[in-house]
Amino acid sequence: MTATATPEAPAEVDLGGEARARRTDRGFRALVTLAGLTVLIVLGLILVTTSVRAWPAFSEEGPFGFMFGTRWAPNDDVFGTFPMLYGTLVTSVIAMIIAVPVSIGIALFITEVAHRRARKYIVTVIDLLATVPSVVFGLVGVLVVVPAITPAYQWFADLVAPVPGLNAVFDETNTGRNYITASLVLAIMAIPIITSIAREVFATVPETDKQAAYALGATRWEMVKGAILPHSFGGLVGASMLGLGRAMGETIAVALVIGGSVSMSANLFEPGNTMAAIIAQQWGESSGLHTDALIAIGVELFAITVIINFLARVVVRRAEIKMKGAHS
Amino acid sequence: MTSLTTSTPPDLSGRNLSKRRAFANRTATLAIGLCVLVAALPLVLVAWEVLSRGSSAMSLDWFTEEIPRNYRTEGPGMGPAILSTLTITGMAALIAVPIGVFGAVYLNEYGKNKPLAKFIRTMADVMTGVPSIVMGLFIYVAYVVVIGEKLGFAGALALACLMLPIVIRSAEEMLRLVPDELRQASAGLGARKWRTTMTVVLPTASSGITSGALLAVARAAGETAPIIVTVGLTYIYKPDLFYGENTTLAAQIYRNATQPFDASQERAWGAALTLIAIVFLFTILSRIIASRFAIDKR
Repeated sequence: MTATATPEAPAEVDLGGEARARRTDRGFRALVTLAGLTVLIVLGLILVTTSVRAWPAFSEEGPFGFMFGTRWAPNDDVFGTFPMLYGTLVTSVIAMIIAVPVSIGIALFITEVAHRRARKYIVTVIDLLATVPSVVFGLVGVLVVVPAITPAYQWFADLVAPVPGLNAVFDETNTGRNYITASLVLAIMAIPIITSIAREVFATVPETDKQAAYALGATRWEMVKGAILPHSFGGLVGASMLGLGRAMGETIAVALVIGGSVSMSANLFEPGNTMAAIIAQQWGESSGLHTDALIAIGVELFAITVIINFLARVVVRRAEIKMKGAHS
Repeated sequence: MTSLTTSTPPDLSGRNLSKRRAFANRTATLAIGLCVLVAALPLVLVAWEVLSRGSSAMSLDWFTEEIPRNYRTEGPGMGPAILSTLTITGMAALIAVPIGVFGAVYLNEYGKNKPLAKFIRTMADVMTGVPSIVMGLFIYVAYVVVIGEKLGFAGALALACLMLPIVIRSAEEMLRLVPDELRQASAGLGARKWRTTMTVVLPTASSGITSGALLAVARAAGETAPIIVTVGLTYIYKPDLFYGENTTLAAQIYRNATQPFDASQERAWGAALTLIAIVFLFTILSRIIASRFAIDKR
């Protein structure tokens, strides 16, 4: 091999080295391709192995009964997961209602309002928020926020008691471990993710569009409304979906603050559960079919989050292509 | 015509904006600023609570003693969890980083825009969104059930699955920054592609790759869900990841946070402070490496 590098080396050695080098090259190529394929292999294995293990639980209830059954009673071998699906959807959607506007605001502040030096500090704050482990959020949530916020919930329930509709959603409560607390924690955890993607999206808005808006006499807010937001809409939808996917899969923080009831309630101040959280909560005391059912919830969760993430990526990519087209 | 040249220049100061427009602009700016406060508040709350409540647990014994078996037992001891947090995430990095970097080499040096490479890229992005608890269940079914016991190594495998897509994507970004001239120069000197990759491309990108890997390690060190599913529980030092159940700081926080006893809650806060310190250490290290040894972007 070294012979190929020295010019005075005889030709025959050259050829021998050449053949070996080619073999090494091919071997290396196979090695890195295999490493790349690991992603697909692992994803495939997740789907197959967990589905096989979860099969007894699925067949006990039937796939439909498992997803939409409303009674979860492991002692009677009844496994309806709809209350958990409901909890997952409710908490993550409320979390997005809070987190998406806030994240867009932060991203706008960083890209349009803040001075260059302030920008660095704000980005650091958001990055720090992203590095806090979820279990720490759960710990602060359950030991600090829950006791402090329960009276506030009660006050709010009393406030809206005369309003029909609202009083069903925000009803009497005696616990701070509920859907809303879980949603708040999820919102805080989703903010860094959505903010970072929103910033990337805003960065692709052509400078000329912004300058044109200012030249027409627009105020900063009018420029944001007229130039930045229409341009970024697709990307922001994708960012929100990624945040949603992350919120649906969050386990430990939710397991600590959502309470752990397996019944559904329209009252957001009642305790509930989510698909991810119930796995963590009941894992230790489960066995047999109960374990299979928890794994089956994992399969369901895997399917939902993969679909949402895949769609989000497609939306973001399509928006990117559109924006690059506008740019050139 | 004369009127045009003699008229005063237009007022661009924005002072004569209509009240409504000026109000909308000011309200929007205020609201945007408030959003930053909304995000900063929880960070300050978490930092304050963890520091003030966790620091009382700190002592030399905290880092060396074994964990008390009873929730009610007062006193320190988190040594086994601290050690295992480091060994389990370290083992996970040993598995995920080489595979991830080689995967990135495939995507950037070989696959490029081929359909397979594009598909792997999309699926890696999708894999970053797979909930960590699902990774834990996967390793439980595919490894723990097969060998018949919960192990520290099983936790490392689950964390490796979580780190893999993050490492692949960040390493690919870094490989993309390596100037093509370097590859061409290497090829011009007669180096084969594998040799160019190993001796020119990867060393050039090494600081960026290291920084990305450290960030993935920081993320994995704080993971709880896959650990409680695959690793089990222990109170004593278990340096051998292939022998018996194990524990980590994150798992200890979860376990102690749910108990109504002061002693266990204090241990939860102490573990939280220790864990955050470890995670920040990795994050800061990653920052330093990224800024000190960045590739010149010319």
